Amino acid sequence: MELFKNTHFDFLGKKWPFIGASLVLTVAGLVSLAMKGGPKYGIDFNGGALMYLRFNQEPPVQKIRAALTGKIPGEISVQQISGRQEVLVGTEIAGEKELNQNRQIIEDTLRATFSSNDGKLDVNNSAAEQLADKLREPLLQAGVAMSEQELQDMSKAIEQSRASKGGILSSFDELSSVKGVTPQVIAALKKECSLGPFTILSAEVVGPKVGAELRRQAILATLYALGGMLIYIAFRFEWIYGVAAVVAVFHDTMITVGLFSLFNKEISLTVVAALLTLVGYSMNDTIVVFDRIRENLKIMRREKLEDLINISVNQTLSRTVLTSGLTLLTALSLFVFGGQVLNGFSFALVVGIIVGTYSSVFIASPILIFWQNLIESRKKAAPQGAVKEPSRELAGARKAKR
Amino acid sequence: MNSNVRFRAIAILIIILVCVYGIIGLPTSKDELVANWQKNIKLGLDLKGGSQLMLQVQLQDAFKATADGIIQKLKEELPKSGIVYTEMTRNDPQSLADGDKIQIDIKGIDATKAGNFRQIVQDNWGGTWILTPVNSTDYRMTIATSEALKLRADTLTQSIATIDKKINGLGLSESTVQQRGGSASDAEILVQLPGVDDPARVKQLLKTQAVLELKEVKGGPFPSDADARASKGGVLGLDEQVAKGITRAGSPPDYWILARTPVVTGRDLRNASPQQSSQNGGWQTSFVLSQDAAKRFERFTAAHINDRLAIVLDKMVLSAPVIHGKISDNGVIEGLSGQEEAQDLALNLRAGSLPAGIEVLEERTVGPSLGSDSIKAGTVAGVAGVGVVVAFMLVYYRRSGVNATLALVLNAVILIAALSYFDAVLTLPGIAGVILTIGMAVDSNVLIFERIREELRAGKAAIAAVDAGFKKAFLTIIDTHVTTVVSCAILFLFGTGPVKGFAVTLVIGLLANVFTAVFVSRTIFDWELGMQKKAVTLSI
Repeated sequence: MELFKNTHFDFLGKKWPFIGASLVLTVAGLVSLAMKGGPKYGIDFNGGALMYLRFNQEPPVQKIRAALTGKIPGEISVQQISGRQEVLVGTEIAGEKELNQNRQIIEDTLRATFSSNDGKLDVNNSAAEQLADKLREPLLQAGVAMSEQELQDMSKAIEQSRASKGGILSSFDELSSVKGVTPQVIAALKKECSLGPFTILSAEVVGPKVGAELRRQAILATLYALGGMLIYIAFRFEWIYGVAAVVAVFHDTMITVGLFSLFNKEISLTVVAALLTLVGYSMNDTIVVFDRIRENLKIMRREKLEDLINISVNQTLSRTVLTSGLTLLTALSLFVFGGQVLNGFSFALVVGIIVGTYSSVFIASPILIFWQNLIESRKKAAPQGAVKEPSRELAGARKAKR
Repeated sequence: MNSNVRFRAIAILIIILVCVYGIIGLPTSKDELVANWQKNIKLGLDLKGGSQLMLQVQLQDAFKATADGIIQKLKEELPKSGIVYTEMTRNDPQSLADGDKIQIDIKGIDATKAGNFRQIVQDNWGGTWILTPVNSTDYRMTIATSEALKLRADTLTQSIATIDKKINGLGLSESTVQQRGGSASDAEILVQLPGVDDPARVKQLLKTQAVLELKEVKGGPFPSDADARASKGGVLGLDEQVAKGITRAGSPPDYWILARTPVVTGRDLRNASPQQSSQNGGWQTSFVLSQDAAKRFERFTAAHINDRLAIVLDKMVLSAPVIHGKISDNGVIEGLSGQEEAQDLALNLRAGSLPAGIEVLEERTVGPSLGSDSIKAGTVAGVAGVGVVVAFMLVYYRRSGVNATLALVLNAVILIAALSYFDAVLTLPGIAGVILTIGMAVDSNVLIFERIREELRAGKAAIAAVDAGFKKAFLTIIDTHVTTVVSCAILFLFGTGPVKGFAVTLVIGLLANVFTAVFVSRTIFDWELGMQKKAVTLSI
């Protein structure tokens, strides 16, 4: 089976609409970034406290907001994840000192608001050791024959069972099939423990100093990595190839970051990992095309550079479409099935693969041609009698070490 | 099949076996297989659930405490030599970096006593603190640079050891406490607590001070809590409590019945250090008590010769040595297993309470359910994604698609095995690296196959086409892979935790990919072509 055979699309002839689209996207992203005062960083980079809660019913967003208002200085955001009984509660944090306090205040307030406060242990919000500690005495008193190890194992089994049920139990009877849980244990649980209406799926607290440092390091590391790739490509091809590849990759990153801003999505550490992935992906794609150009430069010495690039792009078209299509499918499946945690991550991947593929053809390749034209026009402008250079400067890639 | 192909096939087989062994070991049952898998594939806290705390040791506290100690000592020593002073104060450095700017001002020393005063300072702190005269009666003490460095390092080490002890005391044995990479002057400690979804207790524990207690032993050791209680007829007296001993490797913890009121607490301790006994050469830990405590301790030990004394750290009994004689301000704890224990004990006695304040800079907690949610979602997405890729490869490249699929699977096996051998931890950003690896693995295969097809179209015979296809695609593959490896190396050098995790997985994946896509796939092609006797054809 073959999808593309000897295609002869004039890609570079149609470059302007695509470059125009790129410009529009980039500008739109930049405008959005400028209006919103930079990317919307997650608490990883900004500092703040974020709690991710799951309820066993429709989450009472208003009640949560009302309960927290006034307890914590600064803006509190309570946001329900659409279609799920889950809520993200976030606060800003001004200084390192408030860090721990705020997280504790949110947690305590929520517990006070939603859990019955009668000294019972909320099993939906406690760790295995806490449960073991709570049950030790009552079980001893009830005369249950159980060793410390069995108690620990049972508590862990209960925690695992809760985790497998989405982290939230609505009745202790759900535990009856758990290893080690006897009717006596259930009775003790019912007496000593309660089941609150929510569970904390995750909590993150990051100080503003740490956030700023992480942001600085992530940006620096990425820029250094781009520089490293530029040097390697310059060494393997020609320096202009390195520049073109890096410009294309930078363009992809800018558009993706711009789209994040337009869609009001947060840039977190995981998204940075996705951005790095798209940098790698786009670079890979660009090099495959460049590699073909380099090869063709050696065998088709008569073609105009523009035609030669067109031929190269057509020759690699089948591979480009297949690879991009397949990886895009993988990224899409991640976007669809990946859940909340991977949402931003897979969004970046989907955008990145699309943009990364087309930037190789419509951004990186035209740069080679622009550069070529620039050299030629300079040469024409140069005084007569100058030493005549070979007409195709870029053929210098021939020199490239093999 | 020619010998070259056979040789390569054997090499590949060995690598596969080594990898499979690295992942699942040599299981004899299904349970063991699962257990080995779980042991070898370590998931990060973001996938498995748990808490991660980044703490900063407020090193300046240690400088202040040291200065306070000097001031106290001077206040004791100077009157003994008849030296009168009017004022003795220290400054109050606020930030981490300002610790070494600590200074002690001593004012109003009579000029006639100057030599005497200098001698006392020289005897006690010569070489570690520098005494400079401000004028004829006033002096200033500053810390020597080498001593400041040592104090910083010691404080950090002590903090890490104390935190580690405290957390292990909670029974969180899988936890890790380590200095965070970066410069030591940042004094950052990373605490990872797998399986803990409420780090409040841990944070509370880190804040609690006064944790060392020497207590009278009223009974023990017992093998269990229940046995300890039973020895008292199930009813503990008002001044009695059951305390658990620390868990030593290979033996279950002991249980003791102790007096509730301690004889001496960590605050009463002036110093502790490991030493070797002059009599039998065994290792012991010596400690020095403050004057007040010494009097109390002397009375107590005189009355309790041949009884046991429990050394309790963080409510856990560290050891319960027998009191051999009256002890006043100097004591020795014997019966230790060796140098290491003596050092640890001395460290614990000194660092019973943290030597400096701790600030929580960052907390990340992932509940176990979210972790398993992520794993489930990731698995579904991964299976769906890979399934589509494999199905497409098989349809599009027919038999050669099998080649590609084998290469992909082997790539994944090598990647997982390498993670297992390197003891690496798989995190979400690591999975990003895996995804890019899969993308590039698919790409390598597609590149090669498209090249082979091109060569076939150009009229080459199957064997020649395969040869040319691999040769030409190889250069492209090397360029794309090396570029990415270069960027990974830089990310690893300059990036932080998650970025590093991404880089490591990706580099391993890429190396595996060059091997599988080029070497393994080629071997399979050669084998396939070699099997055909004549009229060599290729299903691609």
